[in-house]
Amino acid sequence: MEWFIYILNGLYYASTIFLISLGLNIILGVMGILNLAHGSLYAIGAFTAAWLITSLAGWNSPDVLSFIILLGGAILAGFVGLLLERTLISPLYNRALEYQLLITFGALLLFEDLIKIVWGGEAYYASKPFDILGKVDLSGNIYPIYFLLVIVIAIVVKLLTWLFLARTRVGIMLRAMSLDIEMATALGLQINRLRTWAFVLGAALAGLAGALVAPTTPVLLGFGMEPLILAFVVVVIGGLGSLKGAFIGSLIVGEIRSFGIVIFPEIELAILYLIAAIILVIKPEGLFGRIKS
Amino acid sequence: MNLKRFIFNKRSLIYLVVLIFLLIIPFILSPFNLILFESAITFAIVGLGFNLLLRYTGLLSFGHGAYFAAGAYAVAMVGRYVPSIYSIEFLIPIAIIASLVLSAIFGFICVRHTKIFFAILTLALSMLLFALLFKFYSVTGGSDGLYIPTPSIFGVTFKRRPEFLSGPYYYFLLVIFIICYMVMKVIVSSPFGKALQAIRDNETRAELIGIRVKRYRFYAFIISGTFAGIGGSLWTFVNGHVTPDVSHWFFSGEIVYMTLLGGFFIFEGPIIGAFVFTFLKLYAMGFTEYWMGIIGVTLILLVLLLPTGLAGGVVTIFNKLKTRKVLGGT
Amino acid sequence: MLTVENLNKSFGNLRAIDGVGFSISENEIVSLIGSNGAGKTTLVNLLSGYIRPDSGKIHFLEEDITSASPYMRIKLGIGRSFQLVQLFEESKVLDNVRTPLFSKNGKIKSLFIPSDKYVDIKKNTLEILKVFNLSHKEDILAKELSEGDKKVLDIAMAYALRTKLLLLDEPTSGVATQDKFKVMDTIVYAIRNEKISALIIEHDMDIVAKYSDRVIVMHEGKIMVEGEPDVVMSHKDVREHILGLSENVTEN
Repeated sequence: MEWFIYILNGLYYASTIFLISLGLNIILGVMGILNLAHGSLYAIGAFTAAWLITSLAGWNSPDVLSFIILLGGAILAGFVGLLLERTLISPLYNRALEYQLLITFGALLLFEDLIKIVWGGEAYYASKPFDILGKVDLSGNIYPIYFLLVIVIAIVVKLLTWLFLARTRVGIMLRAMSLDIEMATALGLQINRLRTWAFVLGAALAGLAGALVAPTTPVLLGFGMEPLILAFVVVVIGGLGSLKGAFIGSLIVGEIRSFGIVIFPEIELAILYLIAAIILVIKPEGLFGRIKS
Repeated sequence: MNLKRFIFNKRSLIYLVVLIFLLIIPFILSPFNLILFESAITFAIVGLGFNLLLRYTGLLSFGHGAYFAAGAYAVAMVGRYVPSIYSIEFLIPIAIIASLVLSAIFGFICVRHTKIFFAILTLALSMLLFALLFKFYSVTGGSDGLYIPTPSIFGVTFKRRPEFLSGPYYYFLLVIFIICYMVMKVIVSSPFGKALQAIRDNETRAELIGIRVKRYRFYAFIISGTFAGIGGSLWTFVNGHVTPDVSHWFFSGEIVYMTLLGGFFIFEGPIIGAFVFTFLKLYAMGFTEYWMGIIGVTLILLVLLLPTGLAGGVVTIFNKLKTRKVLGGT
Repeated sequence: MLTVENLNKSFGNLRAIDGVGFSISENEIVSLIGSNGAGKTTLVNLLSGYIRPDSGKIHFLEEDITSASPYMRIKLGIGRSFQLVQLFEESKVLDNVRTPLFSKNGKIKSLFIPSDKYVDIKKNTLEILKVFNLSHKEDILAKELSEGDKKVLDIAMAYALRTKLLLLDEPTSGVATQDKFKVMDTIVYAIRNEKISALIIEHDMDIVAKYSDRVIVMHEGKIMVEGEPDVVMSHKDVREHILGLSENVTEN
């Protein structure tokens, strides 16, 4: 029953990718900005969480604290997102696409070095939450409970985000903005405040994803690069700015990756890109994309 | 043509001064700076191609590293597998074909989109190539990359790289650069170039006047990618080594940066950008380990304060001086 | 040159075009008037091929073009302008007209010859600009033109494709009131000068009266009246349904 484990692994990958691409897609849908620094926000979340956990190690603290402290990654990433949006991105809303992309690219380069300055160039090992939970026997296969926890958290976040967008005032306004910015302006919505909201939310989701991954792997410089590209692939497969697309796209990417590692080791990423390219040839606007003129 | 008129034409005078300057460069610069200058020339060729898409077709590619890599790896592969034809007059056409084929394949997928989706797609596809170059190490050398031997030029061989780079290759590069410059200059002013600009400005109207929008975008994409491939192949000889990094989107981002730094509104902007960026990056790297941050900050300042780039800035200052002079005269 | 027979088009339950038939002769300027929602723009969209009729026939120069693509119709000589101008805003005025000419003459694929080397086409472009009163503006960018000049340029671009019939959707909308007649003078001068025909959607009755040879009045998807301007304007139904309405509109 090994394939069962691969599916679970795929779900685990999908969960973290989903959190990143959900944030990326909210920012993209509401603001029309592709945030190249999104991977850095993920890395900031990971470093914050890893740093907090390792700092806590010397103290005799209750185990549950090392889980709660993971939220610190999301909070700091959200805060950095707030600063980023207010200082660098907000002056560019009416400017051409290339400037918006380049400012986030500049932010990415800057963040990479800021991370190096703040947390140093060395790897962080913060496996405590992972170790505490231990492993579970799933019909003969030993599986880390922490991975299952991440999957559950991703599902909860998905439901909360859906509720937020469908039920709360801010959520409904955000959706209105992503559908028709002119209409939203005409209705007198506070466009600038909503954009800040969207960006902070997206940044916090990326930070949460980074924080959740931190206990499972050494946290190194350049930590956000690969997840960022995977999130791009999700956006491409799922469709620009589509939340449903982010969900289904993450599942596809996660599972392909999980099985790719087993069936085509070494070239699993290339396989992933190829499948994405094939989907695009068949369905140019992505699976759930609306064609925007 | 009237020789006298040609000589006194202001534009030809500028061209002449620049040409003389370029001809004596090897006698002015130190060997180290000359090599930097040579790699800047190769980036200038890439920038010319890149700007055909950005400035003249209105498409922002974030994956031009892929076509650069196609040219570069074409050279590397010939060097590794068919050393018998490892001579520059064969290598350049092979690199052209390789980048042309790759940009045709990727272009086919990308030109159906514009704006952000186009940017993400070009980025993702370049990462596909990156993944392949990275993982098929038995063929491509993986992350170690491949060594680029010094080629022969029209039968003339060179024992040592410095001997090759110090003079002969510089002038070869200069000739190719001038050809590329002139070709691109003609393309953007040709009816075809006008059609691209029409598509950029108003797709609907372009379709209405009988321009096949997607097909023309496709042509532009191929030309642009091929220029990147030529630049990539020429760059390998200077660098002596090629790794998959040139296909990474970071590298593509640097191409975008260069173009904006110089000023993409002006035909010569990307060329200026290529030179400034090459020297800026290297000196920033020598100055501090936080060179990425420096590049990032300059990029942010550029976007916020000087969106028309260096060339645009110079033009603005020049125009201001001119109006002041006119005002002063009255 | 254009004949429309019993044209029908419905959107759901709405009969937007209901049994419309009329014709336009050579060198004739016909105005199309009617209240909002009368079906004028739908009719122009049917004629230029953007939408297909449910039934009926459209003939142009002896050819049945009922199911021809917009592109085919342009090739046959039906040009149109839009309510919102469609220009190449970031390009020079010269290129706005020259590029259509390159396309028309099959030169658009030419890659290695500078545009200026096509002396004939440039000359032709300047002539067109002169006809449309845009001389000496060829070197400025289209986006820098006044609203009125933009409208004129938009029509000049359609004209450049050797149009025989121009469909103009509100050529003076968005133009300042004091400039409206100037813009129309230019457009109509060009139409008369080049001996082409035009179908113009227009709300301003003074313009309709001054420039058209014939007026077609539409009401609820049908043609209510058609004839010479003064005859139509004094028609009882038109005065009641159309002019009453349009007077209100101008007051607003």
